[in-house]
Amino acid sequence: MKFTLSWLKDHLTTDATLDEILDKLTIIGLEVEEVVDPTETLKPFVVGKVVSAEKHPNADKLKVCEVDTGGTTNFKVVCGAPNARKGMLGVFAPPGSYIPGIDLTLTKAEIRGVESSGMLCSERELQLSDEHEGIIELPRSAKVGASFAETMGLNDPVIEIAITPNRPDCLGVRGIARDLAAAGLGKLRKDPVKTVDSDFDCPIPIELRFSEETGDACPAFAGRLIRGVKNKKSPAWMERRLLAIGLRPINALVDVTNYVSYDRGRPLHVYDADKLKGTIHARLAQAGEKFMALDGKEYEPETEMTVIADDSGVLGFGGVIGGEDTGCTLETTNVFIESAYFDPIRTATTGRKAGIISDARFRFERGIDPASLEHGIDQATQLILKTCKGEPSRTKLVGTPPILNRAIEFNISEIARLTGLELKPREIKSILTRLGFEVTGSSESINVGVPSWRPDISQSADLVEEVVRLIGVDAVPTVAMDRLDGVARPVLTENQKRVRDCRRLLAGRGMVEAITWSFIPRPLAENFAADAQLVDVANPISSEMSTMRPSLIPGLLSAAQKNHDRGFTDAALFEIGQAYRGDRPEDQYISVSGIRMGTAHPMGAGRHWLSDADEIDVFDAKADAAAVIMAMGQNPESAQITRDAPDYFHPGKSGLFRLGPKIVLAQFGEIHPQILSTMGIQAKITGFELFIENFPKRSRKSKTKSALNASDFQVVHRDFAFILEKDVPAGKLLKAARGADKKLISDVRLFDLFEDESLGQNKKSLAIEVTLSPQDRTLTDSDIEEASQQIIGAVHKATGGEIRG
Amino acid sequence: MGNVGTQAETDLTALEKELLSSIESASDLAALDDVRVAALGKKGKISQLMKELGSLAPEQRKSFGQAINQIKQSVGTAIGDRKKDLEAAALASRLEQEVADVTLPTRSGALAEGRIHPISQVTEEIYEIFADMGFSIAEGPDIETDFNNFTALNIPPEHPARQEHDTFYFDPKPDGSRQVLRTHTSPVQIRTMLAEDPPIRIIAPGRVYRCDSDQTHTPMFHQVEGLVIDKHTHLGHLKWVLEEFCKAFFEVESVKMRFRASHFPFTEPSMEVDVGYAKVGDEIRIGEGDEWLEILGCGMVHPNVLRNVDYDPEEYQGFAFGLGIDRVAMLKYGMPDLRAFFAADMRWLRHYGFLPFDIPTLARGISA
Repeated sequence: MKFTLSWLKDHLTTDATLDEILDKLTIIGLEVEEVVDPTETLKPFVVGKVVSAEKHPNADKLKVCEVDTGGTTNFKVVCGAPNARKGMLGVFAPPGSYIPGIDLTLTKAEIRGVESSGMLCSERELQLSDEHEGIIELPRSAKVGASFAETMGLNDPVIEIAITPNRPDCLGVRGIARDLAAAGLGKLRKDPVKTVDSDFDCPIPIELRFSEETGDACPAFAGRLIRGVKNKKSPAWMERRLLAIGLRPINALVDVTNYVSYDRGRPLHVYDADKLKGTIHARLAQAGEKFMALDGKEYEPETEMTVIADDSGVLGFGGVIGGEDTGCTLETTNVFIESAYFDPIRTATTGRKAGIISDARFRFERGIDPASLEHGIDQATQLILKTCKGEPSRTKLVGTPPILNRAIEFNISEIARLTGLELKPREIKSILTRLGFEVTGSSESINVGVPSWRPDISQSADLVEEVVRLIGVDAVPTVAMDRLDGVARPVLTENQKRVRDCRRLLAGRGMVEAITWSFIPRPLAENFAADAQLVDVANPISSEMSTMRPSLIPGLLSAAQKNHDRGFTDAALFEIGQAYRGDRPEDQYISVSGIRMGTAHPMGAGRHWLSDADEIDVFDAKADAAAVIMAMGQNPESAQITRDAPDYFHPGKSGLFRLGPKIVLAQFGEIHPQILSTMGIQAKITGFELFIENFPKRSRKSKTKSALNASDFQVVHRDFAFILEKDVPAGKLLKAARGADKKLISDVRLFDLFEDESLGQNKKSLAIEVTLSPQDRTLTDSDIEEASQQIIGAVHKATGGEIRG
Repeated sequence: MGNVGTQAETDLTALEKELLSSIESASDLAALDDVRVAALGKKGKISQLMKELGSLAPEQRKSFGQAINQIKQSVGTAIGDRKKDLEAAALASRLEQEVADVTLPTRSGALAEGRIHPISQVTEEIYEIFADMGFSIAEGPDIETDFNNFTALNIPPEHPARQEHDTFYFDPKPDGSRQVLRTHTSPVQIRTMLAEDPPIRIIAPGRVYRCDSDQTHTPMFHQVEGLVIDKHTHLGHLKWVLEEFCKAFFEVESVKMRFRASHFPFTEPSMEVDVGYAKVGDEIRIGEGDEWLEILGCGMVHPNVLRNVDYDPEEYQGFAFGLGIDRVAMLKYGMPDLRAFFAADMRWLRHYGFLPFDIPTLARGISA
């Protein structure tokens, strides 16, 4: 919403400075977005007198003018304007001036051999209008050398404020003035609009043609004919205001409707009455109807849309846009003014479906003052009569405007209850009265009548807001909240704690946390869907963001690829966040995922004199997964490992950590080479993903740790090497060795894997170190021998492996 | 006897001299050990003399024995001393050989490589502050019902406020209902109030989505919602909580705050809150200067919202606020561009990210 300072002061008597007004607007909820003072942009432009105008020696259409700006020397200017002539007063820009309309800073220039210093400007060059037929001619009264802006009354700051959707009353300057007055910044002036009398009825028939169910689409329609007008250009003051707020003046009849729309938030429409046929009426559109709108486009209204029509068909969308064919031109001599009430929701829907943004729609969809129909017509009539003369009819009102006579029983202690602010009843009443509320009663409970222009006020909390808004929240005393506990209690849920633990752990393993988009391209999502039901966004911002991610891996792969393309070929990235197996709340799950690319091992990436720069492999991913499982409070060594990872992993180099047959804790592996090549990734990448919600809750209640059982007897280490079939999993051997004597064997480590033809076809050798921890006595040779045989026997039984000789 | 004694004592003196000299000249530990064996070993010279003691007359035995013991002692001490010297020399010579080029670089190790994303870090900072004020942490799904995201929050269908939300939608269900990507964290208010009875004191951080993408908007960003409901919490408490939060978060003694009246359908009165700042070079200093930056929206929970979750607005009251996590992260740590938060550029993440041990706590100070 834009207006100028002088416009505001038409409605508000105030001594406040511009800055005070701006601050107050912002504080009471009418947030100032921009203030433009045209005196700044128009600063270089002064009144210049053309003291001579000779024909250019080398060009027929150019003149060489000498311009006096009141200084010691005159300026010589080459000018092509047909109206440039000796004795006229124009707007002069000296060299160095910035000309906004042509986005150019003037320099001295030679035009066809004659030096020109400065410029006589047209309205378009100063962005005052589109007028460019000739240069601006100033009245005789203008003082040579004076500021152009001041001379023409353009020294009027333009203020733009953001209006929240609940305040349609502030889509008119008078509403803004009323709020400022209520906030104590001045006094609202008396409304200058008077009822316009007439001695004849409006001869144009008006009807509302709705069924009982759809009657609220347009419950009231008022109209007036003014005969014998002489349409012309609007007066300068109105054109200036319209231009200042970014509206293009068209002609007096049309300009008046725009002016009232901004002055009172009351949209109107004017028709050339001679172009109307029969009865003008509001109704819902019928299938197949068409009309040409004022924006030059043809529309086909849907049957739910309100239209204004006459006997020839649809003229325009009610409350949104009028029709081209019945618009007012300079030839119009009889004008019909429409002032109606259109339903906010239907207007919003019509506007959105038709794709039309207009000042009228903006106001109707927020809810205009239903009591403003006749007043709006009277105001427009007064303005038209002043400029165009003519003879107004009586206003004809059809239907009933939906004026709700709302009153709220308001217990003024509500203000203290909800805000802590203690106010005197007198202050409260005064604010509400200045806002236009009708306050009666004097006790704690008052009766508050709501003005017709405030559709947003329906209950006592709304009144609390009004009072606090205008008093200012600064006045509300700050009060400390009660502390619930002496020492703050932990507040994180178990899963929130786990997320934090995982995050620090993975960063501690050298991985860099990324946050990637929740939506990814559909084709990519399909590769990672596994058993998820993919969910597409109906209105994605681009095809790159079309589908809710079923896994975090694809986003991390895309990130890896972008880093790779920039030359960062070693990257370890992780993300902890939500992914989606469907669109129900329970389909959203938290995944802890990470990838490693190139040589990005936990101890560092790239070649180094201390160690080789091997490519990462499945075991890096497994180690990451195992570390996170440990952070979750589970022992990865006791988890089951199976090979059935989803098919976006390498089929041979991937696995799952499971807790029992049903629960998957994590999955890990090399990413399938086919997927990498589809994504255009040149490097090898491994990854893991872990599912926080799949972990059992930690059940331990006691803080006491179990007692430490540290035996006094020396531990014994023994090595064993077994020859096994190549396809026997090492996990089986380890499990068998550990289980050979659970009391005695405290640790089994696999320290060697050897594969060679010399072992026999399809054989491998695995070597383990077993730690024996006796509890009651030092082990003798025979004890150790016995344990060794048990281990060898158990391994053989489980794996078929033979001890290597 | 005197002769015998004198002769023997002369021999002993010579022997001592000889032994001490060979100890002195032993050039390494092995040579020293040879000297020790030759003197004190089973068959060593001193040991031999000790054995001869028995054959001496008792009166000689005593003085001779004393003399031998004396030599034994002095030789023993000399060997000990010499051994220490030789060991020291041997160590010195070994150390002289053992020289590492300590300018060779080591691996910096995982702790120096890894980073925490600023959003995560700042979210944890926010947790820390609100946890101290007794707020617990609630969560809700990203894919929300229209009811939770709009209707229950007093934004009925066709309300103009809906147009301001630039909502991402999903295809309608067979029953005509339509899910949305939540446009704010406020639906967590509804979920919490539907599931629990007052008193309530929660914050709810998370991802939110708006169909908007330009220099300063990304289609996904982060908010933290706050909600307090009980029988007495009012606007003055809201002001206190936000002021305390801003001081703790920006780590300043005082912060200038401006509460501007505004409109959100789910709060009343509604306010937008600005903090005062000064811009010094590229740095934004909160708590100084006289420029204003908007950081959050807030208000008293609208009675219609309370009714929508079956709370009696005459009995219960409270406040809600919504804060842009990305925005306050940018303000506090000076990232210039929101879009870079989600671009996963390693250079950006390394530069603006936090070390794994930068754990925000109130005791150590919440920022790194």
